[in-house]
Amino acid sequence: MSLSPEQLILSALLLPLLGAFFIAFLDKNPNLRESLSIITSLALLATVFALLSLVLDGNQPSITILEIAPDLPIKFELEPLGMLFACIAAILWPVNTLYSIGYMRANNEKHQTRFYVCFAIAISSTMGIALAGNLLTLFIFYEILTLSTYPLVTHKGNEDAMKAGRVYLGILMSTSIGFLLLAIVWTWHLTGSLDFKLGGTLAGKVAGPELIILLFLFVYGIGKAALMPIHKWLPAAMVAPTPVSALLHAVAVVKAGVFSVVKIVVYIFGLETLQQSAGADWILWIAGFTIITASIIALKQDNLKRRLAYSTISQLSYVILAVFILAPLSTIAAALHIAAHAFGKITLFFAAGSIYTAAHKTNISQLNGIGYRMPWTMIAFSIGAISMIGLPPTAGFLSKWYMLMGAFQQEQVIAILVIIASTLLNAAYFVPIIYAAWFKKPEQAETHGESPLAIVIALMTTASLTLLLFFFPDVPLELATSLTVERP
Amino acid sequence: MLAHLPILQVIVPLLAAPLCLLLNRSRLAWLFTLLASALAFLISGLLTQQVMTTGTIVYELGGWDAPWGIEYRIDQLNALLLLIISGVSTIVLLAAQTSITKEIPGNRHTLFYVLYLLSLAGMLGIVATADAFNVFVFLEISSLSAYALIALGKDRRALWASYQYLIMGTIGATFILIGIGLMYQMTGTLNMHDLSQRLPEVDNTRTVFAAFSFVIVGLCLKLALFPLHLWLPNAYAYAPSIVTAFFAATATKVSIYLLVRFTFSIFGLSFSFTALPLQLLFVVLGLAGVFVASMAAIYQTNIKHLFAYSSIAQVGYMIIGFSISTVSGLTATLLHMFNHALMKGALFVALGAVMYRIGSVKLEDFNGLGRKMPYTMAAIVIGGLSLIGVPLTVGFISKWYLIIALIEKGWWPVVVLVLLGSLLAVIYVWRLVEAAYFKPAATPNETVAEAPVLFLIPIWILVSANIYFGIDTRLSFQVAQAASQSLFGVSP
Repeated sequence: MSLSPEQLILSALLLPLLGAFFIAFLDKNPNLRESLSIITSLALLATVFALLSLVLDGNQPSITILEIAPDLPIKFELEPLGMLFACIAAILWPVNTLYSIGYMRANNEKHQTRFYVCFAIAISSTMGIALAGNLLTLFIFYEILTLSTYPLVTHKGNEDAMKAGRVYLGILMSTSIGFLLLAIVWTWHLTGSLDFKLGGTLAGKVAGPELIILLFLFVYGIGKAALMPIHKWLPAAMVAPTPVSALLHAVAVVKAGVFSVVKIVVYIFGLETLQQSAGADWILWIAGFTIITASIIALKQDNLKRRLAYSTISQLSYVILAVFILAPLSTIAAALHIAAHAFGKITLFFAAGSIYTAAHKTNISQLNGIGYRMPWTMIAFSIGAISMIGLPPTAGFLSKWYMLMGAFQQEQVIAILVIIASTLLNAAYFVPIIYAAWFKKPEQAETHGESPLAIVIALMTTASLTLLLFFFPDVPLELATSLTVERP
Repeated sequence: MLAHLPILQVIVPLLAAPLCLLLNRSRLAWLFTLLASALAFLISGLLTQQVMTTGTIVYELGGWDAPWGIEYRIDQLNALLLLIISGVSTIVLLAAQTSITKEIPGNRHTLFYVLYLLSLAGMLGIVATADAFNVFVFLEISSLSAYALIALGKDRRALWASYQYLIMGTIGATFILIGIGLMYQMTGTLNMHDLSQRLPEVDNTRTVFAAFSFVIVGLCLKLALFPLHLWLPNAYAYAPSIVTAFFAATATKVSIYLLVRFTFSIFGLSFSFTALPLQLLFVVLGLAGVFVASMAAIYQTNIKHLFAYSSIAQVGYMIIGFSISTVSGLTATLLHMFNHALMKGALFVALGAVMYRIGSVKLEDFNGLGRKMPYTMAAIVIGGLSLIGVPLTVGFISKWYLIIALIEKGWWPVVVLVLLGSLLAVIYVWRLVEAAYFKPAATPNETVAEAPVLFLIPIWILVSANIYFGIDTRLSFQVAQAASQSLFGVSP
């Protein structure tokens, strides 16, 4: 590749936008439109991999676009955590596009062009969040991500979609404008800088109750992290077509939330500053509470997508819990869990959408014996579920292992108890589904078979990735580890 | 020629008005008005450039020296305002001819353009002049033509709205005149610069306090500060769409300009903020305006009413920035004046397009419009997002600077309330979005087409400006900051 690092960063942002622009004109030609979607996503993947090799070589290219105000630029910078997040999104986008083609066609969804356009914009803003070089840039793309996913959530355009859209936009907008923006302006006022700095931009600039208030403004300002009690938007967003729930509400959007939290903890506050504050412990307890409560709620859901949504809420709080243990090892765990959960949860959603497409079933109580009709789907589902529980040989084991090690290191007894209890709860709400699918007899004779090929390929790919990440965790581990060591 | 720019700025539209009357053909009158307005825009652009490089321009009318003759003074603040007024006027005019064919009977078209030019000349005059009495004269020119313009509205309620505005506006103008008269009595001068020199000598007299109070109350009426805002919603709602777009973007800004001019330049900062508890008064009224008007906007079913109430709320933000009385606070106010003109200009021209196609702007008429008028509705959505203050729009820039200024001052409760206020905007904008994109059209078979190109061009110029100045803030911010610094006497 002859592109300079700066050009690569720009193309990671602009490629999806360019794709969206041309897709918009291809309403009459679905085949071309969807080929273009795939090509765009593969081009993005190549770009992100080129960036990855730069980061692994120890480079940190950055690019400043323009100054929105004096000393307040829109700026992009590559750093390990952002690179990890960008990689996850870029790897899963082509897979998800393939899945979308199968799903949207098989279910005869309307407005498919709008769907692909908004999807590409959402991916572009995800890249913007991942590569953001300061808080302002992060905030800008955070808001664009909310707005560009709104038409996707409300895709069906009926009364239910409209109401869910209200909850979605209401919670995400009000928290980001009410809390996050305030926190950012406050940080700017305190430090005169919004840059991400290892060790913390705010380190030494704020202490005591002010720090606690600021911390809560940040954590609750990032509604996308779905910490209770501002988690309601996530189950509401499940009215969207399944590919949206899969890539956006299991990966891009929610991970943008926890990613921002991790980034703010590591680069804005700094681990050492937070270790001296009681506020960090409070957030840890809230995250623990969210993990347990969301798991219990998940246990009671019969609708498969809703159960997965509550499982996501619980898993997101794992990341928050891990980072607020404030040990280097647990920070690694937080970063790894972003990756592990992404691959596992997208597989589960793919499976849920596959069941809906082939069997038109949405509830868990209808899944008896479905494993024999849809073997590929249910094998993938089982792998995803095992990863959620955190058993080897899946990616979920890896992050949980680091999380526990970090918790032991810091002697965070509460965190250890929460992790153990929630592992049991995870098993309690996933194992019955696997059991029903493989060992229970169906109540009536079924005639449906497996889903379209595109869907099967997509979900087997993500299931394999979940396994592969366990056996070859080198790259994400290296990225995560370099988060915790001082860079030159 | 270049030396005469300050007077040309006013005289071009002022002379164009009677000339326009001679052109009896509607289309011809439109082109002529457009030309005059574009010329004014060009002049204001040149003036801004000149001011930013060489500093304040002083122009003596007819060559008479200042205390005897009338003086025009263009500094950064005036330049910014002239740019907003003539710019918005020109862009809005592009859609005028198309719009009024549906809203105003053919025999009154020429009249409409004459009034429009007079109103434009009046506003430019208010801003350009450095003579207090001249301000009143131009205020009356712009107001009287405004009353007539509003009364041209198709709906019969326009007459009542115009009458309401006439009464309230006249009270306001009279108060201002009384204030100016009292100042003249105490100082013997009407020149703003002289006033600012001589007022401190007499500033402990009851007459000067009275003058100040009259001017402030009069201006608050004109700028529709809560609770003196009652004339505004109906006037905006029932006026012809083009008039609404023009006034919503400019009229209240001119009054805020006068407020800034009188308090900062004439009475002086120290007098203005000690004579009355102005700071407390304005921050409370500003916040009350934000909340009362935003709440009212949420419950409106006529969308012109909705955005009219939103304008009152936005005036509240400007007044809050003003009340901080720091350089950054005033910068935020001036910046928001510029930005709000872009938002409301875009929104009201787009509403004009809806009016043109549907003949009404009731909320239920927007049902299903997202599909029928995609470009117009997209513009309304972007304008609405700008109003909310989403990043990459001008609304975000305004909010950013206002909050920074408030935090610098340490007014934390106000910070929280301002942010809450912008969430109310989400609600009223989203009611419109939901109607346009989710509700099925009432009569699905009815063929409603996209707005004509002459509507789409001005709409999208303004929408693009909303985004452009939301990203590249150099022009707007520098001028606003320079103006604010010079008003505070801080050298940049």
